[in-house]
Amino acid sequence: MRVYPPDAKWHEMADGGVIPQAGNAEEYDVSGWRSAHPVRDDECCIQCLFCWIYCPDNSVLVKDQKVVALDPKHCKGCGICAQVCPKDCITMQPGGDMPEEEDK
Amino acid sequence: MGQLQPLEGNLAVAEAMRQINPDVVAAYPITPSTEIVQTFANFVADGEVDTNYVAVESEHSAMSACTAAAAAGGRVMNVTSANGLALMWEILYITASFRQPVILTVVNRALSGNINIHCDHSDTMGTRDAGWIQLYSENVQECYDNLIQAVAIGERMDVRLPVMSCLDGFLVSHSYEMLEVEDDEAVREWIGPYKPNEPLLDVENPYTMGPIDLYDYYIEHKYSQWQAYPAAKQAVIEEGKRFGETFGREYGLMETLGLDDADIAVVAMSSAAGTAKDVVDKLRDEGVKAGLLKLRCFRPFPGEEIAAALAGCKAVCVMDRAASFGAGSGPLFHEIAAAMYTGGQTVPINNVIYGLGGRTVKPADIESVYRGLMEIADTGKVEQVCTWLSVRE
Ligand code: SF4
Ligand code: SF4
Repeated sequence: MRVYPPDAKWHEMADGGVIPQAGNAEEYDVSGWRSAHPVRDDECCIQCLFCWIYCPDNSVLVKDQKVVALDPKHCKGCGICAQVCPKDCITMQPGGDMPEEEDK
Repeated sequence: MGQLQPLEGNLAVAEAMRQINPDVVAAYPITPSTEIVQTFANFVADGEVDTNYVAVESEHSAMSACTAAAAAGGRVMNVTSANGLALMWEILYITASFRQPVILTVVNRALSGNINIHCDHSDTMGTRDAGWIQLYSENVQECYDNLIQAVAIGERMDVRLPVMSCLDGFLVSHSYEMLEVEDDEAVREWIGPYKPNEPLLDVENPYTMGPIDLYDYYIEHKYSQWQAYPAAKQAVIEEGKRFGETFGREYGLMETLGLDDADIAVVAMSSAAGTAKDVVDKLRDEGVKAGLLKLRCFRPFPGEEIAAALAGCKAVCVMDRAASFGAGSGPLFHEIAAAMYTGGQTVPINNVIYGLGGRTVKPADIESVYRGLMEIADTGKVEQVCTWLSVRE
């Protein structure tokens, strides 16, 4: 088992609260933690990657040195990306629902 | 064959540690257990053990280093007292939650304030919910024997829990008594080589220990830990028996004296239980059917066994060497009263708090407790649930 399912019983998990499977944190869905979500305007983005470097949750997804999406499974809605964007391309919207940005 | 030797409690503990030869000791000295750390540091310096001795700057660091070293896959021991144990408090829970069998000798001493270096059980009683197995020793022989057994109990694969081996500060730690010290090889053979369980240094099988664990899994992990304690109780019984088979001194969850036909009985732990044995002998000579339950294993708490052992009594007093402030009585009393009630016992029961900060408990003091019980046995009434022994009023 790579990840314990949400309904894993106590005796189905390792003793001592250990996670015997390395590197599975990215499979843990924390989308329910947000009360606000970032919305990014790709048109005005100059690809400075400030949002990527400042995001505390590795939730700004980059491909070929370009921001391609914000990760709805791990973004905590902290608003740091919106604060640091020099072009004000990111705005925080109320509510946790966050559509997947199109992978451009 | 073992050898009879006169040793202080502290030196007997250091000797057991030398024989156990743990992989790591990370300790910070504190009275009255300093001598153990000091003596053991000499063994390390003289090359008598293979132990990696980590000199740390506080007890919090000591227990952090011990827990980490155990998680890495080593056999680990530590020593402390009183406020040192209090400073470890945060980590104690983590050691038990990680299911790491770190072995900690606690030389019981009163917690401040005011500052007091003498014996009571406020330190270990304060950690009763941390998840450690707790064994209490009456005398020098027992603190030597219990430490060796602690290793075997905690390391059993069906247990994997840390163990505190407790002895009374000064009363036992600094008292010379004759004890039988077993051969190094016999001790090492009896405990066996250390078997790590999922050691962090196993780089072929990386895993995570101590991650954030929220409302979705934490309670299952705690329930899994909860399941280890019945096995731990069984381990205390079985290893105590096995110790007896090898070395001739058998141990159990408790030791009883005269309980088969006792009308009145006292429950006590550690050195005071030794004093109470003399009082029982004296009262028996007078024809009083007195009995004693000396509790050795406080964690896991053998509630059913205690209730069964006290069932035939007409009055019982639980002696607590610690106060639970605001609770109205002592911690040992609470648990025994609860065990009696849930076990369907209606024996009148009271509580005496004694010996705080090293106040001497003399045979006459314990005799007065038994005399009080004789009255309760007659009337069936407990006038005052909790009283303090030998306080100037
Ligand atoms: S809101 Fe916070 S967590 Fe989400 S993408 Fe922006 S910086 Fe990262
Ligand atoms: S900080 Fe703003 S401009 Fe810079 S990459 Fe992120 S969204 Fe684009």
